[in-house]
Amino acid sequence: MCLAIPALVVSVTDKEKAIVDLDGVRKQISTTLTPEAGVGDYVIVHVGYAIGMLDPDEAQQTLQLFGELVAMSESAR
Amino acid sequence: MSARADYMRPLNYRDGCIDMNHGGGGRVATQLIDELFRPAFDNDWLAAGNDAALLDIPAGERLVMATDGHVISPLEFPGGDIGSLAVHGTINDVAMLGAAPLYLSASFILEEGLLLSTLQRIVASMAEASEKAGVPVVTGDTKVVQRGKGDGVFISTTAVGSVPITRNIGGAQACVGDAIVVSGTMGDHGVAVMATRESLTFETSIESDSAALHTMIAQLFADLPVGAIHVLRDPTRGGLASALNEIARQSGVGMLLEEATIPVRQEVDAACELLGLDPLYVANEGKCIIVCRDDCADRIVQILRKHPLGSKAARIGSIIEDPHGFVQMNTDFGGRRIVDWMSGEPLPRIC
Amino acid sequence: MKYIDEFRDGKIARKIATRIAYEVEDERMYRFMEFCGGHTHAIARYGITDLLPASVKMIHGPGCPVCVLPIGRIDQAIRLAMQENVMLCTYGDVMRVPASDGLSLLRARSQGADIRMVYSATDALELARQYPNREVVFLAIGFETTTPPTALIIRQAVTESLGNFSVLCNHVLTPSAITHILQSPVAGNSSSASIDGFVGPAHVSIVIGYRPYETFAREYRKPVVIAGFEPLDVMQSILMLVKQVNEQRYEVENEFTRAVDRDGNTAAQSVMNDVFRLRESFEWRGLGNVTHSALQVRNRYRTFDAEQRFSLTFNTVPDHRQCDCGAILRGVKQPTDCRLFARVCTPENPMGSCMVSSEGACAAHYSYGRFRDIAVVAEEA
Repeated sequence: MCLAIPALVVSVTDKEKAIVDLDGVRKQISTTLTPEAGVGDYVIVHVGYAIGMLDPDEAQQTLQLFGELVAMSESAR
Repeated sequence: MSARADYMRPLNYRDGCIDMNHGGGGRVATQLIDELFRPAFDNDWLAAGNDAALLDIPAGERLVMATDGHVISPLEFPGGDIGSLAVHGTINDVAMLGAAPLYLSASFILEEGLLLSTLQRIVASMAEASEKAGVPVVTGDTKVVQRGKGDGVFISTTAVGSVPITRNIGGAQACVGDAIVVSGTMGDHGVAVMATRESLTFETSIESDSAALHTMIAQLFADLPVGAIHVLRDPTRGGLASALNEIARQSGVGMLLEEATIPVRQEVDAACELLGLDPLYVANEGKCIIVCRDDCADRIVQILRKHPLGSKAARIGSIIEDPHGFVQMNTDFGGRRIVDWMSGEPLPRIC
Repeated sequence: MKYIDEFRDGKIARKIATRIAYEVEDERMYRFMEFCGGHTHAIARYGITDLLPASVKMIHGPGCPVCVLPIGRIDQAIRLAMQENVMLCTYGDVMRVPASDGLSLLRARSQGADIRMVYSATDALELARQYPNREVVFLAIGFETTTPPTALIIRQAVTESLGNFSVLCNHVLTPSAITHILQSPVAGNSSSASIDGFVGPAHVSIVIGYRPYETFAREYRKPVVIAGFEPLDVMQSILMLVKQVNEQRYEVENEFTRAVDRDGNTAAQSVMNDVFRLRESFEWRGLGNVTHSALQVRNRYRTFDAEQRFSLTFNTVPDHRQCDCGAILRGVKQPTDCRLFARVCTPENPMGSCMVSSEGACAAHYSYGRFRDIAVVAEEA
């Protein structure tokens, strides 16, 4: 329910802080809640904090699922 | 060893500040004008040293006047500062009536404690903007308020211009069937400023689009038949959405926009996403909306795109009949929504 | 924007819509509640209602922390802010919420209260560092997504021994609210007013996982699909709910697999647990008192609890008599059912909280959808 968006970690600064990039816009955020986040990971950012990681494989699967639905609905006609 | 008569120590730009004397009207105040303002703006009217300027206007034309107050904070931001903003903004207001801007006045309310070096930069920037636009600052005023009663500096500018008697441009002139064109990308200025404010610390490559639009607009009038252009408006505070809603109300019409055609820079989109803002409501300072006859829209876009300030110009929609004056939009996603008036200041959402 | 734009593809949306239309059974209504204010906003902004068959109705739930903040709590914050040495910081959404005596935080600021908008909880902490002689109070609102950051700044304040900082805690909990809705007797003028399923919150679930929803899916026999934030996520979840209803299943399904799992973010949960404990009861605007639905600062951090630090009292303030926010938040009425909607109550002059936050059902409908209430003659060029 809260405005949170996936952004790419481009650098990990000192302990518990990182810089994320969203299409060229960079912001420093806290990674205290996602200590495992590293450069190249996608995190979900909310009010200046990474609250969770985004799993690219799952994202792909979800998109594929949409694609299958497309195929299903087309064959159902 | 006695001091030279009328000796004044030169303004200390290194670490000097504005103090109450600078607004007092005495020698110190005069020094500020003589050493800083007058040389920067450098024209005969100011050199004459009067409190008003004697001006000529082209015969047979009508007078257009516009005024703007600038209270922006921070004073300096990527792509501009309060000074250049003040020059461009008022020139653009005059240009939005299809008029050629001729002269500017500038009134400064300085806060006690403002660094002279900051003021110098701002004035230099104003002078540069004024010269580049070909619109001189012919008269001005300076006052000083106590520390805490101002945000560093407030600048108020007034521009006068002239417009041919046959030209009738205004917010109430939009007709059903007209095309809606914008001269470039939306949201650049507001995002550039927000990036600089203390509470936001992200780095972007976004600069304010602050610019004087009158030469670009003059080209449109030069190349198009009389009556091709109906409305000109620069979408400043409140962004594109607010300006369109105003025009819709003034003209008693509705609008239908195509979201996919509205130019927004990728980084502006991303910054707005991060902040919970909608780029359609974010201020622009170097763009304009043109409502024109439908059959002239392509030509207008073509002319704009050839100008450095209009390279991303695009047609974004049409004027439709609607007694309720809604600005509707076909979304990228495929549904339809209204682009409503903004309520109050755009406060970013957390949710 | 990666992982955002792909989930906003209109062509795929129409295909999912076709699928939903195919799946819905004849002669049957489907009423789903989207709990989360963010989903309400997405549905309105992307015009998702236009893509759903007429038999699928979306009901807007109380998942908007600004909307459910009672007037009395804002009054409390304003009273605190009016105290001379206090600097009150909060998120932007709260600033316009109308409170008693025609005041809001924004109006109180114009009357001299030092109230600052912050984008992040850390900004509030920074202000406390910058102004050591002022009492800096962070008015904290939000569901479980927003709570861990508040917990973190309290812990940080301890580490730095900040003596001038405290939090006015108004954090609320999602599962309790959903339970309350399911338990409350159905009232209002909707005939078949029961809810057939829930679109579960996206980001709250990142933090708490989807396990907490399993109890009421089971107990109340209602399907729950955790949906991501983007319009395709919402549409897909609606499809999944339709299928569950048709197949008479009442499970918790997760559409938002790219960010949510069953356990959630345990680091975040442990931080919340360390700093906060459950309030016995908390008033929700429109829902009345709900047990175990909100948090307060634990005793060991009491110097950072503004309620204790400033001995604050709370007085219940009833809503405007004709304001239907309560019924709307419970999903029993629609914005257009309220007599005040769009007549007296507008975003400029909000009478109740559903109109203040752009996530509120009334504001979302007003800003994005009210043109459908009036027949519009559209003459396309």
